Amino acid sequence: MEAVSPIVKFTSLQKRYGDGPLILDDINLVVQRDDFVTLIGPSGCGKSTVLKLVSGLSPWSGGTLTVAGMKPREARNRQAFIFQDATLLPWLTAQANAELPLRLRGVAAAEREAQARQMLELVGLGKVSGYYPRQLSGGMKMRVSIARALTLKPQLLLLDEPFGALDEMTRNRLNEELLALRTQSRFTAMFVTHSVAEAVFLSNRIVVMAAAPGRFHGEVGVDFSYPRLPELRERPEFQAKVNEISRLLHEVEGPVRV
Amino acid sequence: MTMKKTSRFLIWMLPVVSGLLFVALWYGVRAVSGLKSWILPTPLEIMQAAWQERGRLFAAVGHTALGALGGFLLAAVFAFFTSMLLGVSRILRASLYPWLLMLQMTPVIVLTPVIMLWAGPGMPGIITITWLISFFPIVANMTQGLLSADLNHVALFRMCNARRLQEMRLLRLPSAMPYYLTGLRIAAALAPTGAIFGEYMVGNSSGGTGGLGFLVYSYNTQIKIPALFASALTSCLLGFIFVAAVSWLNWAVLHKWHDSFERTDH
Repeated sequence: MEAVSPIVKFTSLQKRYGDGPLILDDINLVVQRDDFVTLIGPSGCGKSTVLKLVSGLSPWSGGTLTVAGMKPREARNRQAFIFQDATLLPWLTAQANAELPLRLRGVAAAEREAQARQMLELVGLGKVSGYYPRQLSGGMKMRVSIARALTLKPQLLLLDEPFGALDEMTRNRLNEELLALRTQSRFTAMFVTHSVAEAVFLSNRIVVMAAAPGRFHGEVGVDFSYPRLPELRERPEFQAKVNEISRLLHEVEGPVRV
Repeated sequence: MTMKKTSRFLIWMLPVVSGLLFVALWYGVRAVSGLKSWILPTPLEIMQAAWQERGRLFAAVGHTALGALGGFLLAAVFAFFTSMLLGVSRILRASLYPWLLMLQMTPVIVLTPVIMLWAGPGMPGIITITWLISFFPIVANMTQGLLSADLNHVALFRMCNARRLQEMRLLRLPSAMPYYLTGLRIAAALAPTGAIFGEYMVGNSSGGTGGLGFLVYSYNTQIKIPALFASALTSCLLGFIFVAAVSWLNWAVLHKWHDSFERTDH
C-alpha cells in the first residue's frame, strides 16, 4: 500500500490569515513518490506558503492536506526544508551546522559526526568542514544547507527558492548537483522558484500559479529522462518547454498596462 | 599604499594633536584669567599632585576596583539568568519588565539610605549600588538579543521538532551573545563610576577606609583641588581597564564567527 499512497495530497485547500483575504484557494495536488514538482508563479502567489503548509509550520483554513497519509506536523521527521537563505548558524562550523538536525534528534555525537561528514564530502565540502559560514561563498553555504537537510535522509525535500540569490553559473551547477544527489538519496521534491529554466531542468512536473488569491493555473509535465546532463539546456525541446511555461506565466500575469 | 600608510599614521596622530591643543588652551585660559591653582590647576600641577599622592591613590584605586568588579560580576551573572527568564516566557516578561524598568528609573541616590540600611555600610553597600547601576543595561540588551533570533532559524528548529530547551541553548543563547556583550560593555563603563559613587555615599561611614570615592570626599573638604583632578584621572584609567577587559572578552567570544570581526580592505 505504502508504495502507491501519495507523499503529499492537497484537496480543495484554502488558506487565509485571520479574517484576511484568501491567500490560497482551491489547491488540489497529488505528489507521488519520486516526483520533482516545481511551483512557479508571480510574487505573492503563495507558492512559499504551500511549502510552509506541507512542513506543518503554518495551519490552513479549509480543505485537507496529508503528508505520507498523516497530518503535516506528524510527518515532520520524513521531511527536510531548504530555505532561500542558507540559514546556517553563524557560530557553528560547516560540520556542526550539518550535524544540527541530528543533534536536535538526539543522535549520538560519533554517529552524527560521521553522517554529516559523509554528506559534506558528497556535496564537495569535505575540505572546508571546519570553516565558519562567513568564510564560505554563497554557493558553498547553500551546499552546507543541502548537506544538512540530507543528513535526515528525508523522504520529502521542500526547497523554497534555494538558489535565488546565487549567480547563474553557481545556480546551474547546484541544479546539476541536486539532481545527482537525488539519484543517490531518492527523495521526492517540492521546489519553489522564479526561474523558468531552473524549473524545466529540475522537475518532472511544473505547476504554474496565479496570484490574488493564490491558485493553480495549470500543470505541465516535463518528460526528459533522468539523469539529466547540462547539455539538456541547449536542446530545442528544452527551449520549447521553457517557452511553454513562459507563455503560461504571461497568461497569469496579464498584458502590461502602462 | 603610501596613501594608506599616511592616513593610518594620521588617525593615530590626530588625538595626540587635539590633546596637545587642549593642554595649550588650558594653559592659555589659566594665564589669561589669572585663576589660582586651587581653582584651575595646570596639567603639570595635577601630575605633581598625582605623584605626591601616589600611595593613597594606588590603595584607593585597588579598593574601588574590588567594589566595581564585585558589583559588575554580580550584575553580569544575575542579568544573564534574569534575561533567560524574560526571554523564555512572554508571561514573565509582561509581568516583570515594567517593574524592572521602574527600578531603573529610580535614581540610585534616592535608594542609597535604604541600601545602607539593608546591605550595610562599606563594601556590601558599594557592591549593591554598583550592581544596581550595571544590571539594567545588560538585561535590556540580552533580552532583546534572545528575542531577535533569526525567524528562519527558529523555523528550522521547529521543523526538526526541537525542544524549547534546545532552542534556548543552541539558538537563542548564541544569538544573544553579541547583545549580552554589548550590555557588558556598557556596564563595564558604568561599574567604576557606580563604585566611586557608592564609596562617596556609603563608604565614608565605614570609618575612612574607602576607595577613590572616599578620597574625592576628603580632598574636597581639604580643598586639595589638584589632587581631586588626579583622582579623576585615576578613575578614568580604572574605567579604561574595565572596558578594555570586556572588549577583549567580546573579541574572544565573537571573533571566530561574528561579522563585526570580518577582515575588510578598508
